Amino acid sequence: MSIAAMLLLTISFTNAQEKEKMNHGEMEMDHSKMKMGDAKTEVILTDYFMLKDALVGDDTKKAAQAGTKLVASLKSFDKSSYTKDQQKELTDIIEDATEHSEHIAESAIDHQREHFKILSKDITDMIAITGSKSTLYQQFCPMYDKGSAWLSTSEEIRNPYYGSSMLKCGKVQKTIQ
Amino acid sequence: MKKAIKIIAIIALVVLVGIQFVPTERNQSDIVPVTDFMLVNNVPKTIQKKLQVSCYDCHSNNTRYPWYNKVQPFTWFLEGHIKEGKAELNFNEWDSLSNRRKKSKLRSIIKQIESGEMPLDSYTLIHKDATFSKEETNEIINFITQLKDSL
Repeated sequence: MSIAAMLLLTISFTNAQEKEKMNHGEMEMDHSKMKMGDAKTEVILTDYFMLKDALVGDDTKKAAQAGTKLVASLKSFDKSSYTKDQQKELTDIIEDATEHSEHIAESAIDHQREHFKILSKDITDMIAITGSKSTLYQQFCPMYDKGSAWLSTSEEIRNPYYGSSMLKCGKVQKTIQ
Repeated sequence: MKKAIKIIAIIALVVLVGIQFVPTERNQSDIVPVTDFMLVNNVPKTIQKKLQVSCYDCHSNNTRYPWYNKVQPFTWFLEGHIKEGKAELNFNEWDSLSNRRKKSKLRSIIKQIESGEMPLDSYTLIHKDATFSKEETNEIINFITQLKDSL
């Protein structure tokens, strides 16, 4: 039974990876059309996705590490190229996101998921201003805490709020380019 | 052997007396800033009282100190909690937060009360009136949820 489950998981992961590769290919083609996110934004996103993947994998320790990394990458974000209003908004977002990341760095998994929900909102609002280099998918699970969203680089659903207990619960809500 | 215990007891006593003279900062203020949670929100009287009694000692600029606070090392223990509490949430400075930050804080308040993590056990042990009954928990969570959804 467990072997079969493992096999299934492996297959679906390989599938996801392939799809991701395909997406990357498409992305590179119309890169020029895209709003470019800056390097600092990309570091934040990398850490955010490391956190998301850790929660998908029910890995508290890795999620905590990602939380610590996020605190650092949020701190080093450079706002200077944005307008005054945008800077104000970004300062607010970063302050909020930092607090949630700090809590994620020192909490048990259910707490980490609670904070991840708000953090996801913060990061979504952030890229609405900064843009991102790659296509992102805003995904949504109607079951967790009256409905909760998160961001992913892959179209395929891997639920960070439930992990292995409900890995595929959710749908793509929006494609962010 | 007996002598050793005696010496240790004397040292402990000296230390205990000595630390009583270490000055500590007190979290006390008569001024309620215009940014205070109660002033900017329409908070029902019963909830106001509950928040004051159960939360404001560590989450505002004014603590009603119990008598034993004057005795070390309890003072340090308390000061640590107050400092930490105010860093997480200061009701006196509520309105200086943006809507995003307020929502985050309100969410945390709900989760902390729901899970029974707040008020701290070490606090309710002495402040019996700070405990939330089941009805009080529901009442306060409803209020905070409404406030959160209105932002």
